[in-house]
Amino acid sequence: MSFRTLQKAKACVAGGRDQWPGDEFVAEHFKIAIVGSGPAGMSAGGHAAELGVSHVLLEQTTHLSDTIFKYQKGKFVMATPDVLPLRSTMTFKAGTREEILGNWDRQTEGAKVNVRYKAEVAAITGSKGAFELKLKSGDIITAEAVVMAIGLQGNLRKMGVPGEDWERVQYQLNDPAEYSDETIVVVGAGDAAIENAVALARQNKVIILNRGGEFARAKQGNLALIASSIEKGVLDCMFNTSPKAVEPGVFVLKTPDGEARVPVDRIIARLGAVPPRAFVESCGIVFPSSDPGALPQVSGTYESNVPGLYIIGALGGYPLIKQAMNQGFEVVEFILGNDIEPADEPLLRKVFDKLGSVKVSDVLTTIQQNVPILSGLTTLQLREFMIDSIIHTPTAGGVVFERNDFTDSFYSIVQGSVDIRVNADDPKQIVRLQKGEFFGEMGLISGRRRTATVIAGQGCVLIETPRRSMIKLINSVAAVKREMDRTAMVRQIQTYMAPGVPKADLAGVVEGATLETFGPGAVLFEEGAPGDCVHLIRSGSVTISRRIGGRDIVTAYVPAGNYVGEMALVRDAPRSATVRAAVETETLRLDGQAFKDLLASNAGLRQAVEAKLEDRMAQNVVMEDKPEAGSLIQFLIDQGVGEATDVLLIDESLCVRCDNCEKACAETHGGISRLDREAGPTYASIHVPTSCRHCEHPHCMQDCPADAIHRSPNGEVFIDDKCIGCGNCERNCPYHVIHMSYKAPKKPGLLQWLLFGTGPGPGEDKSEHEHHGAKTAVKCDMCKGIEGGASCVRACPTGAAIRVRPEEFFTLVSQRN
Amino acid sequence: MHQSILVYRSYRYLKWAALLTLASVVAYALHNPHFPPNGGTWLGYTLGTIGALMILWLMWFGVRKRRYNEGKVKLEDWLSAHVYLGISLIIVATLHTGFQFHWNLHTLAFGLMVVVIVSGMFGVFAYLRYPQLMTANRRGQTLRQLMMTIAEVDTECREIAVKLGDTVNRLVLDSTENTRIGGSIWRQLSGKDPDCATERALSKVRTEVRADASASVKDESRLIVLLGRKSELLKRARRDVQLKALMDIWLYAHVPLSFALLAALTAHVISVFFYL
Ligand SMILES: Cc1cc2nc3c(=O)[nH]c(=O)nc-3n(C[C@H](O)[C@H](O)[C@H](O)COP(=O)(O)OP(=O)(O)OC[C@H]3O[C@@H](n4cnc5c(N)ncnc54)[C@H](O)[C@@H]3O)c2cc1C
Ligand code: HEM
Ligand code: HEM
Ligand code: SF4
Ligand code: SF4
Repeated sequence: MSFRTLQKAKACVAGGRDQWPGDEFVAEHFKIAIVGSGPAGMSAGGHAAELGVSHVLLEQTTHLSDTIFKYQKGKFVMATPDVLPLRSTMTFKAGTREEILGNWDRQTEGAKVNVRYKAEVAAITGSKGAFELKLKSGDIITAEAVVMAIGLQGNLRKMGVPGEDWERVQYQLNDPAEYSDETIVVVGAGDAAIENAVALARQNKVIILNRGGEFARAKQGNLALIASSIEKGVLDCMFNTSPKAVEPGVFVLKTPDGEARVPVDRIIARLGAVPPRAFVESCGIVFPSSDPGALPQVSGTYESNVPGLYIIGALGGYPLIKQAMNQGFEVVEFILGNDIEPADEPLLRKVFDKLGSVKVSDVLTTIQQNVPILSGLTTLQLREFMIDSIIHTPTAGGVVFERNDFTDSFYSIVQGSVDIRVNADDPKQIVRLQKGEFFGEMGLISGRRRTATVIAGQGCVLIETPRRSMIKLINSVAAVKREMDRTAMVRQIQTYMAPGVPKADLAGVVEGATLETFGPGAVLFEEGAPGDCVHLIRSGSVTISRRIGGRDIVTAYVPAGNYVGEMALVRDAPRSATVRAAVETETLRLDGQAFKDLLASNAGLRQAVEAKLEDRMAQNVVMEDKPEAGSLIQFLIDQGVGEATDVLLIDESLCVRCDNCEKACAETHGGISRLDREAGPTYASIHVPTSCRHCEHPHCMQDCPADAIHRSPNGEVFIDDKCIGCGNCERNCPYHVIHMSYKAPKKPGLLQWLLFGTGPGPGEDKSEHEHHGAKTAVKCDMCKGIEGGASCVRACPTGAAIRVRPEEFFTLVSQRN
Repeated sequence: MHQSILVYRSYRYLKWAALLTLASVVAYALHNPHFPPNGGTWLGYTLGTIGALMILWLMWFGVRKRRYNEGKVKLEDWLSAHVYLGISLIIVATLHTGFQFHWNLHTLAFGLMVVVIVSGMFGVFAYLRYPQLMTANRRGQTLRQLMMTIAEVDTECREIAVKLGDTVNRLVLDSTENTRIGGSIWRQLSGKDPDCATERALSKVRTEVRADASASVKDESRLIVLLGRKSELLKRARRDVQLKALMDIWLYAHVPLSFALLAALTAHVISVFFYL
């Protein structure tokens, strides 16, 4: 950068102007352009400034770090993981949102970082050494290298109509109580729009604008809320209406009856956010898969497939502030061509502790050489993968995991071998896996119990990787998924359908097998259709129903690890029932003819299949006589029981509403109940309270930046103390069983209350009291670690509360009617 | 799967209780003291001690119920045992007395015990009978939801009433402001409000309408429908409160009387040692 431009840059920053004085035509040029001023981008800017490298930090809003800016006021921000050292020009330690932002503002200014606000980057073109960044304002900036640090929050969707930059058009609402006596139009039909509109209507005249004819996208509670608010005239709703233009004080609308002009004081549009992926792709960066969780692939120096274009922070798959800041620092070093030891080196050294004094890079190389499934990973991915993993060096004969454990981690064999006991009844029947192979993928895929016991061999070195890291990897490296599916397919067919049949005999079936996915409610096959295949359910579950007297009667529920569709093939008849996915379900579709051939050549298998078929027919006869039982199955499935591994069911004909279950929950969990006994639906006296289902594939885990949600060997899904209170899990759980809560205050003991009445008594203290510290997520952990199991069930005096696992649903249902 | 306290674990505790009763009866039949049988014989002492220990154990249930961290045994085990062994106590204690009842402190203890046991039996009846009725009466709603629906109907009633003149307006206002659900124990248990403002409003508005054919009939008949609906909802809410009260009320006899029993029993034991 020339001296003149530097002067200009400084003048510009000082003057806060967006335009260059005089010569707009000259594009500014920098060595590094950083897009996005979150912790990642800001830290990069800080380090560039510190080194005196010419740089610009482009931020679309009017402040630093928009994601954190938008946290709730006073939120306590955590600095996890504790063991990871911070490496940045800026400081960061746990504290309130205000402290942290204030600190960063001061340090950014102190370090003379060249920040440019209101500078949304709309396009990036060019190549290494000569990138061109086009801003939304039309300005052009050129740079030798670009650092993308735009996070994952995406951009709020705008209305896209003329005049929408009127100052009273807003896309967010922090505190509805701030406004009163205004005429406000809320645009949108989702949860946020409904909640805002209803809250604003207390003090304002509110009109909610819906492009469609109904509110279909919102959750149940909000649907009821908006319907009753409209009916009662609390607010007005204009259906089938969309924005056309904004003039100060007037909102021009397109209604079914033509154009309307509505005088307004304020417009609040809640249209959701556009995920950043499209923008990122438009810059030439490729994603390995179409999965929404897929991450762009980057090299060990954070460089994307476009040379000179770097990706750091949440966008690159590092969802914590400290990680983002470290990468900001490192990326500047990498761009300058310096090879520095990554900050996570101490973490890796700790993981490799077990192996004695070895060099980290050597171990990484060995792993990549020995384990083919990991060979396609970049160094960065492998490092990340290994940090999350555990190295095991079990003694020969030691148990790695047991059949029926609920663990869901994935194992790769770096050295030695393991023996898989595939037959529960005969420990001698084993399959040996060698160096380079992997196991544990079945539990990972199905979300259910382990199907075999694994015993360590001589000199065996294993990598155990948690589910979350594995899923991240599957989503970002296509080859890993392919390899895993291919191997798993054979194993699944063997385990779920043809135990004891040699691999060679299965070749025909494996050959024609395909992987199919069904959304909730999707039909695998229809009653009456010709039978041309068998489905092996590898994750999720299905219901079987028959049309009787014009009504669909559910006759069975089949969880993962079973097959359906064999009846038509064995009997050479059309499909006798319809099979539907109860939840998101993945099956292996086996070709019908290949399946028949397999049965023909294998008498033992044929017998087993026939026997199962007999069972099913008998069960059908029973269930067809009890349509109510079928409705009960359907009801339970609608409540998420189809994906549950353990669910609390209350028999309302026994429940005396004493709430001892809730009190027990609070008493055994630091004074906060994770169970809402009364809330939740009831059918045929079976009540499904608001309480965790311990899903096979927990939705809550999906998006936990702190990796605080886990599944224990017994199946319970629990949140540990790493929780940073971001609330993602609360939003992601479809059954609303997680809530954010402060720690409860201490109470006097039980006898003090019984004898003298001191304190609020057993159960959650719902009175007003002062709070300390941060809110964190709380949910049922099935009383993990408490002797005797779930306290709610133990504390129910009448036996109304029980916990049920999927294999028991059928007994439950058939016993009741 | 779900099992009520009576059938719990295939009647395990019924069997225990039956065994205890049988043993006491057999012992009593075989026992042949010099005096007529009473609490002072060796068998009397034995049965008395067993009875007293059982009473302490039965009362301990109140504490155990609230010790949520305790042990593997489910509370249902405790209650099932509490019920069956509690009933068998009648036999054990009666055999202890040797049927020597007189107007004295000892018999007072015995009487209290019987009352506690009988209240417990009502409790079991209530626990098995009312929950079902409660579920049926709620029709899938929680009490809170029921209250919210009532509040909504109230608002709508008021909006219409404003258009309908003073008398109607006052009646409706009375109905919305003086809606009572629950209240005193008796009111809760009766499940009714003898002086229900909504009923009053409903019947008066009906007569009004009949008298006045001219006015906005549409609004008035809508109001009648709404008040009718509210009265229906109120009935359900009151029934809900009634059922809950029925499930709770007996404990107010059961628990305090067991403390009285404990006192009387202590006095009994002390007195027999002093005056023997
Ligand atoms: C509610 C919540 C609570 C959290 N709590 C914690 C916590 O306690 N501790 C913790 O470690 N982590 C926490 N996280 C995670 C943490 O906030 C993120 O991981 C972190 O902010 C990611 O940093 P980043 O720099 O990658 O992206 P971001 O912080 O998302 O920053 C991206 C920036 O880029 C800007 N931008 C986007 N697009 C453009 C464009 N086209 N042109 C110009 N600028 C653009 C945005 O305005 C924004 O300022 C939490 C997350 C949430 C949602
Ligand atoms: C430690 C336990 C007990 C001891 C040591 C004990 C002792 C005795 C004795 C010695 C008598 C004979 C007194 C007499 O003949 O005057 C007696 C009588 C009696 N006991 Fe108990 N007893 C015990 C528990 C109980 C219990 C649990 C009950 C029932 C609640 C009970 C109710 C009676 C009654 C009703 C009589 C008859 C009194 C009478 O003759 O008028 N006792 N007891
Ligand atoms: C002398 C004998 C008995 C004594 C001293 C006794 C005492 C108690 C006590 C202290 C409680 C605890 C109440 C609470 O804290 O909530 C209780 C509960 C109860 N008792 Fe008894 N009891 C006796 C006999 C019986 C009998 C014979 C029955 C039944 C036939 C019975 C049925 C119950 C029931 C149903 C409960 C309520 C359980 C609950 O809701 O948690 N009791 N009893
Ligand atoms: S919290 Fe919700 S998503 Fe997570 S396991 Fe429980 S029910 Fe499933
Ligand atoms: S447990 Fe929930 S609130 Fe806590 S960090 Fe994870 S997703 Fe966020």
